[in-house]
Amino acid sequence: MNWDAGLPLLIVATSLFSGLMIFFLSEKHVVARTTLNLGGAVFKLVLVGVMIWGVFHGHHYEARLPLLPGLDLLLRADAESMLFVVLSSGLWLVTTIYAIGYLEGSPHRSRFFGFFSLCVTATVGVALAGNLITFVLFYELLTLSTYPLIVHRETEVARRAGRTYLIYTITGGALLLVGTVWLYSMTGTLEFAHRGFVAGLLDTHRVSLIVVFVLLVAGLGVKAALVPLHGWLPQAMVAPAPVSALLHAVAVVKAGAFGIVRVVDDVYGVEATTKLGVSGPLAALAAVTIIYGSLRALFQDDLKRRLAFSTVSQVSYIVLGIAIIGPIATTGGLVHLVHQGVMKITLFFCAGNLAETLGIHKVSEMNGVGRRMPWTMAAFTIGALGMIGVPPLAGFVTKWYLGVGALDAGQEWVVYILAGSSLLNAGYFLPVLYAVWFKPAPDSWPDERSFGRFETSWALLAPPVVTALLTLAVGLLASAPFSPLQWARFITTLEYMP
Amino acid sequence: MQQIPWEVMLILLPLAGAMACFLWPRRTLLFGLISALGVGGCVAGLGWRLLEQGAQRYAVGGWGAPLGIDLYADGLSLLMLIITALVGLGVSIYSIGYFERRQAILFWPLWLLLWSALNALFLSADIFNLYVTLELLGLAAVALVALAGGANALTAAMRYLLVNMLASLCYLLGVALLYHNFGSVDIAILAQRVEASPAVWAAMGLMSAGLLLKSALFPLHFWLPPAHASAPAPVSALLSALVVKASFYILLRLWLEIFPQTGAAPGQLLGVLGAAAVLWGGIQALRQTRLKLLIAYSTVAQLGYLFLAFPLGSSFAWKGSLYLLLSHALAKAAMFMAAGNILRFCGHDRIADLDRVAQRLPVTMIAFSVAGVSIVGLPPSGGFIGKWMLLEAALRAGQWWWVIPLILGGLLAAAYIFKVIGYAFTQAGVLRQTNKVPMSMEWAALALALAALLLGLVALWPLSLMEIGLPFGGSEVDAIQRAEQS
Amino acid sequence: MSAVLLYALTGAGLFTLGLYALIIHAHLLRKILAINVMGSGVFLILVALGGRTAGAVPDVVPHAMVITGIVVAVSATALALALVLRVQAATGRAELPEEPLE
Repeated sequence: MNWDAGLPLLIVATSLFSGLMIFFLSEKHVVARTTLNLGGAVFKLVLVGVMIWGVFHGHHYEARLPLLPGLDLLLRADAESMLFVVLSSGLWLVTTIYAIGYLEGSPHRSRFFGFFSLCVTATVGVALAGNLITFVLFYELLTLSTYPLIVHRETEVARRAGRTYLIYTITGGALLLVGTVWLYSMTGTLEFAHRGFVAGLLDTHRVSLIVVFVLLVAGLGVKAALVPLHGWLPQAMVAPAPVSALLHAVAVVKAGAFGIVRVVDDVYGVEATTKLGVSGPLAALAAVTIIYGSLRALFQDDLKRRLAFSTVSQVSYIVLGIAIIGPIATTGGLVHLVHQGVMKITLFFCAGNLAETLGIHKVSEMNGVGRRMPWTMAAFTIGALGMIGVPPLAGFVTKWYLGVGALDAGQEWVVYILAGSSLLNAGYFLPVLYAVWFKPAPDSWPDERSFGRFETSWALLAPPVVTALLTLAVGLLASAPFSPLQWARFITTLEYMP
Repeated sequence: MQQIPWEVMLILLPLAGAMACFLWPRRTLLFGLISALGVGGCVAGLGWRLLEQGAQRYAVGGWGAPLGIDLYADGLSLLMLIITALVGLGVSIYSIGYFERRQAILFWPLWLLLWSALNALFLSADIFNLYVTLELLGLAAVALVALAGGANALTAAMRYLLVNMLASLCYLLGVALLYHNFGSVDIAILAQRVEASPAVWAAMGLMSAGLLLKSALFPLHFWLPPAHASAPAPVSALLSALVVKASFYILLRLWLEIFPQTGAAPGQLLGVLGAAAVLWGGIQALRQTRLKLLIAYSTVAQLGYLFLAFPLGSSFAWKGSLYLLLSHALAKAAMFMAAGNILRFCGHDRIADLDRVAQRLPVTMIAFSVAGVSIVGLPPSGGFIGKWMLLEAALRAGQWWWVIPLILGGLLAAAYIFKVIGYAFTQAGVLRQTNKVPMSMEWAALALALAALLLGLVALWPLSLMEIGLPFGGSEVDAIQRAEQS
Repeated sequence: MSAVLLYALTGAGLFTLGLYALIIHAHLLRKILAINVMGSGVFLILVALGGRTAGAVPDVVPHAMVITGIVVAVSATALALALVLRVQAATGRAELPEEPLE
């Protein structure tokens, strides 16, 4: 096997291997488990770095494994997949450190980290999938590997959330499967291509293509939490904080959103999507989701639930950007894939820190917590301001590109949606920030634990600080080479330029 | 050069093993394991020869048809023999830990007899020998079910025996009609001579009815859940994985070779019954409170899938159905073994009380979950490949409505599988008295489950074996694909 | 009506009669008898259809089949009878319960 085929396989295999190894470790082997976890994560990141370097220098990384006659499992590094691979493997390392600190001393850690690694394997597989069937395979693997994480605490609430999650995602997976087979029976290929591969069927199979599009988007929309398919997401909050961070920022919702990007850009192609008249309804659905999620977030007192509804809203920015159909808006959508991940993972880390250190779960308990945990809350503030879209943070870049892109594409209504959504974002984040920094602290916290020198343990503190800095960096350095924004523009060029 | 008659050895070796186990009960385990390994070797030998030389016909004793007995092996038979050997080896290892000595000396002769009957059935080239092997199979299976003792198992065995005898007689009557009309029982000869006539229709109806009864196609499935659920775990595994498949295999052979293809109605009917089986079996499985009954109803549902190929009739659909059969055999055997482990461990199989089995029997629970992935049809697993092929065949044939049972069945399967897995993640209040489960039982289950998973990644091998002797006719779908791709 | 047809029709009649009895009788012994009657019907058909052309030497293959069939039927009946005894010992009745026992 040559290196160009081996690298994608190796990137997927690093976390698969460490995950399978961890299953066989007993609870006591903390050092071995930590080594495997961090070693796998770092190794994967190094490999991804090598791959970026290679892609930049014109290497073509592609691994094929025949699945059925005429149908291969295909892992391929293209511009879009690199964006998602970097996001997932980078944030995996951060989240792993966080999870090690978060779960210290709790039971069933081997099981947790085993499935955690499988989950990242699936996400990276989704990112590197070079055709729809490979995508479906890893998409389903993602469902299966996240279920044990959601029910990890084994409480009745957790099991109910797990059940809801499965009902939504397995049904979504089934729809996706039907759409995929149907498409295959028409086209005879499933391989992603710039500008899609259905153009030849537009005249003969118009209705079928529309139905398939609806099936695919419905199947992917479940994970991307498009209204009305979002019901599982707020419930899945019962999972431990690192899992929430993973679900919301990196793995599950992103896999859904990324899938929609793939369908619009590389399966149908923007041209066919427009001709079939499905882009408008998709944009409308995304807009509804953005407003609905924000409205619901306003009224949540549970901090994680508020963040969950915020995710519902924010992920649809990606879908909206894609569905507007235009190079600038698409850039905005793609870059939000990364931006939302970095910002939301910061917020969830901070929420986890509050719960672990002080026992705070509700917004109403957060008065004055800024003085008790300044570093955590500073990170939280950056994440929240970024979400609102304050310049020069990550969220601003996204919204700017979405807005300009919408005007460019002649769809002014999107600007109103963006403005409304930003107002609502401010509505559910600013009061929190005010309470955190300016309201007096109570005499005692609900359940305070001491961690010595820092405000909390370093493993819990470092990850949100790092991701908050990233939030700053991707906004400030948006025009630097290799920034997410430049990469997204590079993808868009491939998609729209002849 | 004289060739080694692997076919004959495949039948005689387990038969001799059964006799030896029966005559020298002290050495049961030794003889049993030797036979099991030997059969595995013979299957490999036969497979090797088929790969080199294509489909084979072997005249036993050199007599040849019509008076002598012919054995015929092509890709379809070979795959059935391979899957029987795989599941058989798994069950053999599993049973070492499962049975005490007193039961082992009863189990081994019967199991080897069953194996011999299965091998003979998959190799038979004429419809009368199929009848004889079917009866041998039925008798051994009934005795194995009764092995569990107790009122439940005995009544289930009795019901099973009556169903078997009735079904066999229906089949035999059909054989009589065919013989009278065409003067032969050889499948190849009949394939050339049979023409549509009322007598053929009657024969077809009688034989199909008997075989459907044995294959437990809805609504003729009533006998299956009690028999499969009350048998000892290794026997349940054998019944669900292999025995019901044997009658399906005969039906498939007859359908492909002998029955005249006039009109789509019978195929559509079987498809509708299959779809009903998928839904009904799934719903019933979901309603069960006992693990083994749940798995047994799951078998009813999964058998329904196999019949969805009949209305489609393309070689791609047949292969998909066969692929589902193979992966179901592995996965369901693993699942019944896992259920046997849980039953042994907890002393019961009430699903709602499976407290913390996930932590306390991890290997078993992994085996159950991995097998579940294939049963649901999630990728990457053999179940997924089979389902994909059926979905594709249905959509290509323009009969999109068959997608509905395929997908709904998968959702129902997910529901009942995760119902079990969900309960395994509960926090137990009290730690009850538990029994130790031998390692071999846990790992045998896991090995079969992993094999079912692996079937999803190496699909090209089984699919290329299916081409030997072209049991499904030319591959018209492949031709279409080639044309489209070029 | 030729003798062959008469035999064949009688066989079919026996088959139907046995099927009817199998369904309506609850007692296991009767069920087993019913199946044996059905079996005899099938064998009769096989033998009768063996003499296809009047006067000629009958076809021997069906006879071989019938002998095989009888052997099978005898063993099945033996197993069935043994099972009936065990069922009666275990449940106190030689009948199948309507619903599976708990």
